[in-house]
Amino acid sequence: MSDRQLAVEFRGVSKLYGALAVLKELSLSVPQGEKIALIGPSGSGKTTVLRILMTLETIQAGTVWVKGEPLWHMPKGDGLAPASEPHLHAMRRHIGMVFQHFNLFPHMTVQENVARPPQIVLGVTRGEAEQRAQDLLRLVGLAQKGASYPAQLSGGQKQRVAIARALAMQPAIMLFDEPTSALDPELVEEVLAVLRDIAIEGKTTMLLVTHEMSFAREISDRILFLDGGAIVEEGPPDQIFSDPKEERTRLFLKKIIAAGHRID
Amino acid sequence: MSQFSDYAWMILDGTWVTVKITVVASVVAVIVALLTGVARTSKFFWIRLGPTLFVELFRGTSCYVQLFWAFFALPFIGISLTPFVASVLVLGANVGSYGSEVVRGAIAGVPRGQTEASVALNFTKLQRFRHVVFPQALVAMLPPAGNLFIDLLKLTPLTSLITMSDLTYNAMAVRQQTGSTFIALATILVGYFLMSSAIAWAIGRIERRASRGLETGPRAA
Repeated sequence: MSDRQLAVEFRGVSKLYGALAVLKELSLSVPQGEKIALIGPSGSGKTTVLRILMTLETIQAGTVWVKGEPLWHMPKGDGLAPASEPHLHAMRRHIGMVFQHFNLFPHMTVQENVARPPQIVLGVTRGEAEQRAQDLLRLVGLAQKGASYPAQLSGGQKQRVAIARALAMQPAIMLFDEPTSALDPELVEEVLAVLRDIAIEGKTTMLLVTHEMSFAREISDRILFLDGGAIVEEGPPDQIFSDPKEERTRLFLKKIIAAGHRID
Repeated sequence: MSQFSDYAWMILDGTWVTVKITVVASVVAVIVALLTGVARTSKFFWIRLGPTLFVELFRGTSCYVQLFWAFFALPFIGISLTPFVASVLVLGANVGSYGSEVVRGAIAGVPRGQTEASVALNFTKLQRFRHVVFPQALVAMLPPAGNLFIDLLKLTPLTSLITMSDLTYNAMAVRQQTGSTFIALATILVGYFLMSSAIAWAIGRIERRASRGLETGPRAA
């Protein structure tokens, strides 16, 4: 094994909704700084992996580790006890998330969406937060939109604000849950361009759930193909897309191509 | 002429009493509605229990009966309230119980994605409520709250049953003393209409302030 510290590790994680198993004893590890793309058919559990990491979904079995610490558990004696709210709060500072449906705060301006959370949560001074918000809005190409409200923006602009808002908290691990799936086709590229910039910058660990196969291939270090709540195949992008080993991966990629999408 | 000014004073005096009851009872109603409405969104049964019983009690019995209880029955268990205090507590608790449902519904109506985004930004529960959920719920609360304040105004004549000399009571006294039924009744018609218009205007102003950013598009941003 490499001596890089793991940013994220799942050990035998199961997620159940009643009798339905969404994740079945799933294990994965993500070294710090790695860019991972999770692909697979809908219902395969890829979004659930992100939601568990963001503490939006509980787990029923196994353990999740973030930067060497258990996420859903706390050390207790020799074993582990369920995590308390203060423990979850302490762990969440490592992680940020961008949602499919943006979830911007509609009652705040664009500038406030990006500047307020660091003031509220991290205790950053107002001047510093405002300055940093402007830098981030410039990074996502929306320096002129600070005074607008989210309802006045296009979908692509909203998602770029949401990315700036997540970055403002300076998380070590960024989760992107189908960030372009809710966008009109002509707005997808402006969001991908921003994601590309963040990926190139390099320090941040990224977990990206996407249906944009050529983008996943371009920016990720590793592809995980999930189906039925388990990882069916994983490997470097070129291998997964050009020479998949598993029949189910081949079938999935065939369907993607048949639907008119590019994977190169 | 001096008699006319006496009657005019009675009307003004009654109006002042009605305004005082309406304003103070509205404050009580807002406090009751917010406390019980927020408590009823709790996931803990024991936190919901008390407020739910309180709200159902005040919605399930008439305001009329509640006033009698507060003023005539409570002294038997050692609690004596002045007519004014009994009036504002009962009207406030009664209307606040209806408002409780408005508050609960408005909070439940804030899209789940908003809470999830504030979890992802590591807001504490209190911060989520204060900075994200409540400001958006408030916008949904205001129109029905405006109706409830006007309902409260229209309940105030009941307080004459526990000896308050409100606008309606005094107008009836003027009618009896002067015999001019039409003028007395026209006065209270206009009086209540002006007061409810003032409430509607004030709520409209607060609504415009609170809904900045929310009026130009769908809620789910």
